[in-house]
Amino acid sequence: MASSLRIVNGRVFDPANGVNGAVQDVCIQDGRIVADVPQDARKIDARGQVVMPGGVDIHCHIAGPKVNLARKVQPEDHRLDVHPRTRFTRSGTGGTVPSTFATGYRYATLGYTSAMEAAVTPLGARHTLEELHDTPVIDKGFFVLVGNNVLLYRLLQEGRHEEFRQALAWWISVTKAYAPKLVNPGGDEMWKGHRNANITGLDQKIDSFDLTPRKVIAAFIEAANELGLPHPVHIHCNNLGHSGNYETTLETMRLAEGRRAHITHIQFHSYGSVAGKSRDNPTSRAHDIAEFVNTHSNISADVGAVMFGHSTSMTADAPLAYMLRQFSHGKWVNADTEHESGCGILPFTYQDRNYTNALQWAIGLELFLLSKDPWRMVFSTDHPNGGSFMSYPRLIRLLMDREFRKEQMAKVNQRALEHCGLRDCQEREYSLYEIAIITRAGPARLLGLAQKGHLGPGADADVTIYDEDEDKEKMFSTPRYVIKDGEIIIEDHEFRADHEGRILHVAPDYDPDIERVIEPFFEDFYTIRFANYPVDDRYVRGGQIIPTTGQAAPAGR
Amino acid sequence: MSLELTLHTAPTVPLEADILSPARLGGLSALAAAKLTVVYGNQPAELGEFFKVAGAANGELHLTGDLSRLKRIGAGMGAGRLVVHGPAGMHLGTGMTGGEIVVEGDAGDWVGPEMSGGRIVIKGNAGHMIGSAYRGSAVGIRGGEILVFGSAGNEVGAGMRRGLIAVGGDCGDFAGVNMLAGSIIVLGRLGWRSGAGMKRGTIVSMHPAELLPTFRYACNYCPPFLRLYLPYLSRLGLPVTDAQIAGPYQRWCGDAIELNRGEVLFLDTGEATLQG
Repeated sequence: MASSLRIVNGRVFDPANGVNGAVQDVCIQDGRIVADVPQDARKIDARGQVVMPGGVDIHCHIAGPKVNLARKVQPEDHRLDVHPRTRFTRSGTGGTVPSTFATGYRYATLGYTSAMEAAVTPLGARHTLEELHDTPVIDKGFFVLVGNNVLLYRLLQEGRHEEFRQALAWWISVTKAYAPKLVNPGGDEMWKGHRNANITGLDQKIDSFDLTPRKVIAAFIEAANELGLPHPVHIHCNNLGHSGNYETTLETMRLAEGRRAHITHIQFHSYGSVAGKSRDNPTSRAHDIAEFVNTHSNISADVGAVMFGHSTSMTADAPLAYMLRQFSHGKWVNADTEHESGCGILPFTYQDRNYTNALQWAIGLELFLLSKDPWRMVFSTDHPNGGSFMSYPRLIRLLMDREFRKEQMAKVNQRALEHCGLRDCQEREYSLYEIAIITRAGPARLLGLAQKGHLGPGADADVTIYDEDEDKEKMFSTPRYVIKDGEIIIEDHEFRADHEGRILHVAPDYDPDIERVIEPFFEDFYTIRFANYPVDDRYVRGGQIIPTTGQAAPAGR
Repeated sequence: MSLELTLHTAPTVPLEADILSPARLGGLSALAAAKLTVVYGNQPAELGEFFKVAGAANGELHLTGDLSRLKRIGAGMGAGRLVVHGPAGMHLGTGMTGGEIVVEGDAGDWVGPEMSGGRIVIKGNAGHMIGSAYRGSAVGIRGGEILVFGSAGNEVGAGMRRGLIAVGGDCGDFAGVNMLAGSIIVLGRLGWRSGAGMKRGTIVSMHPAELLPTFRYACNYCPPFLRLYLPYLSRLGLPVTDAQIAGPYQRWCGDAIELNRGEVLFLDTGEATLQG
């Protein structure tokens, strides 16, 4: 590791510290940003270049059992996209779901240095951590699926709120997860119980339980906030992809009642319906959604933009995958993980001539352009659901370059543009400062990663240097330098070193007595023994525990 | 004069030779061609380590020797003529878009997978998966012709969308599996489960064969298109008889678990068609 480094003459974009394009030095010592380094430190001359913190992806699907299933189900996606080894890096395959090594390297080639795998069943935690261990360069963590957990539902149903909170803390802690994730709460029970059934509203009774999605979501928001998690709760709302679902999304956001909640891939939850027409004709309700987020500082969201071309839909929302399968007519995977979650996977292609796909694309852009607080409406394509992370530079260009956006708008289904408000907000262009917020500073802040997403003293020395270019797509797809923990990984657009990256996780306190509640359920219903379930510390060797601020264990016990 | 490559050292492990196509060798002298890189096992090697190169490239390429361990001959070929004097290995003409490949001997598995144009003629037998989709892909050959004078293996034309595959002898099981459209004509016998999962398209055989229960007998008739196709195959050298051109043929429709728009035609020889 280069122990000290000084980046000079670059235009620095560091929104967390209010630096907007000023030419100033960035100094690095022993993997951290520092105020100054000795004059004999190695210098990087960044004249004509843009210096930003390394990118932080708040929501992507890059590791674990479902990602591996997605790789297995589409060999055709890998055959034509071989990722060759270099002197420093290992080989792999690409496509919409790259292999572990290729995932890490390709994130790095875009200037990203951290990413969060967004949906892992507790039973899949070990597998996920093993894959994350093999995902080089980037720091990473995962969100654990708890929103369809049978035992947690039982505790809620019986009104055992304290035990519910303890059990949630236990689950997050023993799986080495970063945040709790809800996916279509209640949907799995319906899907398991009936032919093609799903939750359609927050007040619908969940099969086999005396619960509604409203009660479940509210309980998770409350418990996650009490636990003081750095990222309180990550919610994939009910009704994803259905016309008219924006009302469900608004209802869900209202449930937070001032407490922190993050709504993920909100683009997929911003659809209206045409009055008098069947529910199959979606329209844009981006305006209502953006307005709500703009005016509620406790709510944050990532967009989950759709990009045209190949994608892989992979979700814990099994009924959604079944719905998409009826459009794609291709192969698909449906799976159920014991008492924890469902799962659906299928290859999917978004087409610009298709009304619905073009509308989805437009709504993604609309949400960005209507957002008044870039810190709370951050960047994502829900990789690989809305599009591969390799399409991020193109999406950045769509946001930064009005003329390019107009050209692209001219190519898509025009009827779709009539049912959204993109034409009304098409004058706005994102600045480099705002891009630095939505791709770096914002996600880091929402995740509670105090050492990420900025270049102030004490921050992790994750730095990306781009050649300034009119073509923003080119600029953001080929950083000249990528520095991870102070080590120069990419120099002059080429890999110069490999790097392992850390697992980021949380360890909220819990009352050990909660295991007496959980263990009997395990011994009765799970396929593995209770003692084999918690993930031991070897899986996060070299990892970093991000502190929580809550008091989970009641005093005096 | 054409470029002529003669095998002097037989490879003992597979040799991947994408460069062996008229376009890739176009305009090269014999000396320059011998310097080109091929992949031998997992190591790079020079073409000259295996082949004696003579002549100069003019759009026609002749390869001589036992090339059964050479993979990907004529891969992605778009024009010109490639003649193999001897057996050829796997993935011959993969992704080919135009031109002609003639193999005087047998060919391995995966002849012309996902090709979209041109013609491949195999004078001997061919292996499995000719004109098929690669594993995972939904679509196999999108156009062009594959003619096999001998017999062919399993899954002929898997996922085929357009084009013509003709087999002079018998073929294995699952001919036209998951086929979307196009024509497969087998002068010999079909194996089991022909047309399984086919949406559209035509599979023709001169003998009855066992069909899946999701195929239904429709009628006996004399398809006019066969009076064009079969004489065409005859002109290309396949052993077509007058009785085959005259018909009639039994028409079976399927696969009923898919669109049910495909057809399997059997020359009505009086033999019974079974359903298993």
